[in-house]
Amino acid sequence: MPLLTTQGMELTDGSRIAVIGGGPAGSFFSYYVLEYARRFDLELELDIFEAKDFTKIGSSGCNHCGGIISESLVQELATDGLVIPSDIIQRGINTYTMHTEQGTRRIHAPTDEQRIASVFRGCGPRGCLDKSLKGFDNYLLGLCQENGARLIPEKVTRLERTEEGVMVGCSKSALRKYDLVVGAVGLNPKALELFKGICPSYSLPEVTRAYISEFLMKPGDIEKSLGSSMHVFLLDLPQITFGALIPKYNYITLVLLGKDIDKDIVQNFISSNEVRSCFPEDFPVKRAVPCQCYPYINIAQGNHAYADRVVLIGDSASSKLYKNGIGAAFITAKAAASTVVFEGISERHFEKYYKPICRDLDKDNWVGKWIFWVTRIIQKSTVLKRGLLDLVGKEQAQEHLALRMSSALWDTFTGSAGYRNILKRFLHPSLLFGLVKSTLASNISIINRHSHEKQEAR
Amino acid sequence: MKSKKLGKLYKDREIIVKQGDKGKCLYVIQEGRVDVIHETPEGDKKVAELGESDFFGEMGLFEHDVRSCTVRAAGEVRILTIDKRNFFKSINRDSSLAYRLLEKMSNRLREANEKINNP
Repeated sequence: MPLLTTQGMELTDGSRIAVIGGGPAGSFFSYYVLEYARRFDLELELDIFEAKDFTKIGSSGCNHCGGIISESLVQELATDGLVIPSDIIQRGINTYTMHTEQGTRRIHAPTDEQRIASVFRGCGPRGCLDKSLKGFDNYLLGLCQENGARLIPEKVTRLERTEEGVMVGCSKSALRKYDLVVGAVGLNPKALELFKGICPSYSLPEVTRAYISEFLMKPGDIEKSLGSSMHVFLLDLPQITFGALIPKYNYITLVLLGKDIDKDIVQNFISSNEVRSCFPEDFPVKRAVPCQCYPYINIAQGNHAYADRVVLIGDSASSKLYKNGIGAAFITAKAAASTVVFEGISERHFEKYYKPICRDLDKDNWVGKWIFWVTRIIQKSTVLKRGLLDLVGKEQAQEHLALRMSSALWDTFTGSAGYRNILKRFLHPSLLFGLVKSTLASNISIINRHSHEKQEAR
Repeated sequence: MKSKKLGKLYKDREIIVKQGDKGKCLYVIQEGRVDVIHETPEGDKKVAELGESDFFGEMGLFEHDVRSCTVRAAGEVRILTIDKRNFFKSINRDSSLAYRLLEKMSNRLREANEKINNP
């Protein structure tokens, strides 16, 4: 039950905050809490507990993610004065290439510039020999440390509530008392259970498994085969909702999203002609995977991710369905940061100021589920895919046409806009009319061509 | 390594924003420097020099007026465009995004006052 009074439930000079998890959610939270406190002339002590060393190569330094910083997040960070350094960016992306069994179309960024960043979360994939690679998580953690956060490279094993705060314990050190504990532990089941102990109303998010792998390739070959374009696949393959190849400087990252992706599904996808055609002819796609993982992804958000002096952020609370997980971490982290600095740290404060942001992401995900359900219908329908390709092709080729379908697809693939906004645009009468017209025209033309070929054969 | 950078590349002395043009975007410098130039009948006058992470074009977001100055690349520069629509949607969700803009605009106003008082 929330406390009836919120007295003493505010951060004051000298208050202590523990952030458990130093991935993007934990780092964004820490960065903005310290930034808001500076504006507010509030002196806080902030410790980030992160056992992973993000300067390590391979799984031990990686938070298992495709590594895309969306267009909207790049813009929001830039507006806040956070320009992502070029040694962190593996590639600037300016187009999306949509592959179907019926053909390929390239969709250009709304303005002619590189607006999406592909990054490594850790310091490069397993087997990577390039010691100069720098990861996004380490960059963010560095910003927090520059702003005054203290990094404690230990794993939290105990959380205990007392009358005046929350005790945080690690395997190697004594219990420490904090005024506020923030959970940014992603979807780690053990860590989430720890939080359930001090946050009894919290229900854990529902998860499924995705697939990520990295292909080492010469930068010149990547430039030739993928360019600065993210390649997305709408293929009629079972259990795959979304497949993408993300170009990095000397790696290509394969991301598969869907329901319980396993080895067979991955092989099925990699063997398809459409995916094979994105690699050089002699490239051994099936054997060239030094680093791969099946990370959990969030498919339904957690509920009531807060209590007095405790709040969970990022994937542990709410994420964006299938897309822009780092963007969703940014949104929840910033909302929690402004709540604790400007409002308070009681359950009532979180209920009033933080919950609406999580609920908004949740509502958007419901619409997102519907959009991906329609996408699956399109994936299975040759007739609809022909129409889609025809319409996008016309829009991209003719300057005077409104780019309704292209821009709606761009935002669906990039995760730059909310699903409700995308749905509104998909339901625009001009777009629907254009799609019906293109579907009829492209399919009639193919029927005519086939009958013409048959006649000629006779 | 241009593939590892964001934004659009402008060459030395290339015009990014032209005084008198209508503007709808905010620009953030990713890399390099730009000169802010006020064009007058008496000739061009450089009023400011901006560098990495600085922004310009903010007046275009709030006023339906034309650009008050020309912005020109001082060497090779990479610029990221922030769309007006995205910007206001983000501000609507997270008003703190406007803070840095207000802070910078306040600094620029103070500098302009100082220039008027101590020409």
